[in-house]
Amino acid sequence: MSLTLATAGRVLSQLRRDRRTVALLIVLPCAIVGLIAWMFTGTPVLDQMGPVLVGFFPLFVMFLVTSVAMQRERSSGTLERLMTTPLRKGELVAGYALAFGMLAVVQALVVVGFALVVGMDVDGPLWLVVAVAILTAVLGCTLGLAASALARTEFQAVQMMPLVIIPQLITCGLLMPRDQMPTVLEWVSRVLPLTYTVEVMRQLAAGDGWSDVSGAVAVVAAWTLGAVVLGVLTLRRRTG
Amino acid sequence: MAAGDVAGQGSGVDGASAVQVRGLRVRRGGREILHGLDLQIPAGQVVGLLGPSGSGKTTLMRAIVRVQAEVSGDVVVLGEPAGSPGLRRRVGYATQAASVYRDLSVVENLRYFAALAGLRSRAARAAVAQALDAVDLGAFEKQAVGTLSGGERSRVSLGSALVGEPELLVLDEPTVGLDPVLRRDLWDLFHRLARSGRTLLVSSHVMDEATRCDRLLLLRDGALVADTTPADLLADTGAPDTEAAFLALLDREGVR
Repeated sequence: MSLTLATAGRVLSQLRRDRRTVALLIVLPCAIVGLIAWMFTGTPVLDQMGPVLVGFFPLFVMFLVTSVAMQRERSSGTLERLMTTPLRKGELVAGYALAFGMLAVVQALVVVGFALVVGMDVDGPLWLVVAVAILTAVLGCTLGLAASALARTEFQAVQMMPLVIIPQLITCGLLMPRDQMPTVLEWVSRVLPLTYTVEVMRQLAAGDGWSDVSGAVAVVAAWTLGAVVLGVLTLRRRTG
Repeated sequence: MAAGDVAGQGSGVDGASAVQVRGLRVRRGGREILHGLDLQIPAGQVVGLLGPSGSGKTTLMRAIVRVQAEVSGDVVVLGEPAGSPGLRRRVGYATQAASVYRDLSVVENLRYFAALAGLRSRAARAAVAQALDAVDLGAFEKQAVGTLSGGERSRVSLGSALVGEPELLVLDEPTVGLDPVLRRDLWDLFHRLARSGRTLLVSSHVMDEATRCDRLLLLRDGALVADTTPADLLADTGAPDTEAAFLALLDREGVR
């Protein structure tokens, strides 16, 4: 546990030194929420889309940041060194998830706060919107760690993002209502986690509460745990 | 003779082996890099692992700290099979390229590796201060590693291996790119560590550094060419310096 905390502290120190990345992580989603608010002034679009964006952003951004961070750890030789220390693989993954999870809390609070300022109206409980955004961010982070194990180079690491995220984006119900999709794609969408985040956020926007969304939240949580396990299993102590 | 003298100053570990390697074969990228190595690394000494680039020094070190895949044969480290979880606290490893966090300061790097070695609060602070002092980086402790020179960066990497106070230090070319004064200081440090009972395996492709070791392992093309002391190497070959001695050995073995 203490090695998890030491690792999370180290990752946070690295983030503290990289203010521009942190600023981008927080300002960029706000800018896009702001653009949509501006574009659809006077319509209820932000009320419907705002929560969905707040859910989608963290998945996308945290995935990219963690998969690149882990790839950097690999190429700088620090991962090889870490593998010779008492740090367990699970502690390394948990440390990363914890550090980026904390960043996700800040991101979710700022982005949701900004969306409210520019006119987003959420009928359901607001804390749930924030909580689901954080959970999805941690999912993005753990998926990023798992995916980075499949990448051997930075180029490959960056391309894991479209590989893992775009199919979810296409089938999550944003581009086309899920009941109009070809059956097979509808099945696929039922397995992927972003579908559930989007569904939860839509329901919350429309005024549903915890009891209506708990099942879908559980699916996202299960995916997050699954990605942690995958991230640990794919990490190799010995390399060629 | 030199080896015996220095070992005699150790703390009761003479005679024991810190590392025993038997029949070690390693494949990398479809090619066999080490061809059935047998060797011993005596405890409490500074053992030099010398050989030209590509001779398998790094691969042998990676096998000892057990981050190397496709290994066959036996490697026993401090009485345990290489890679046992219990060994990770007892063995320090510095890779050839400085494997530290460039975006963190010197002291942040050392603190993190001290924490990973299980050191807490006061013990950790003392170990960090000691490691800083050992690699002579106190003046830069707050500076980001990425802004340091190559030699300074490799000293941060070395400090990060020292900070956990391991019994066995595996150091891959720690003196490359350092000026002569610093090199001498580091070799002095290695001998101080050995006198306090640690074992050091230090690789180098610079033959001059051989004379600074208690024992020498000469590697070429994945095979052990010699396991000797600097004095014996010169005496046996009658060569004026270690570089010539190495060449003479290769001639004798007909491996050239």
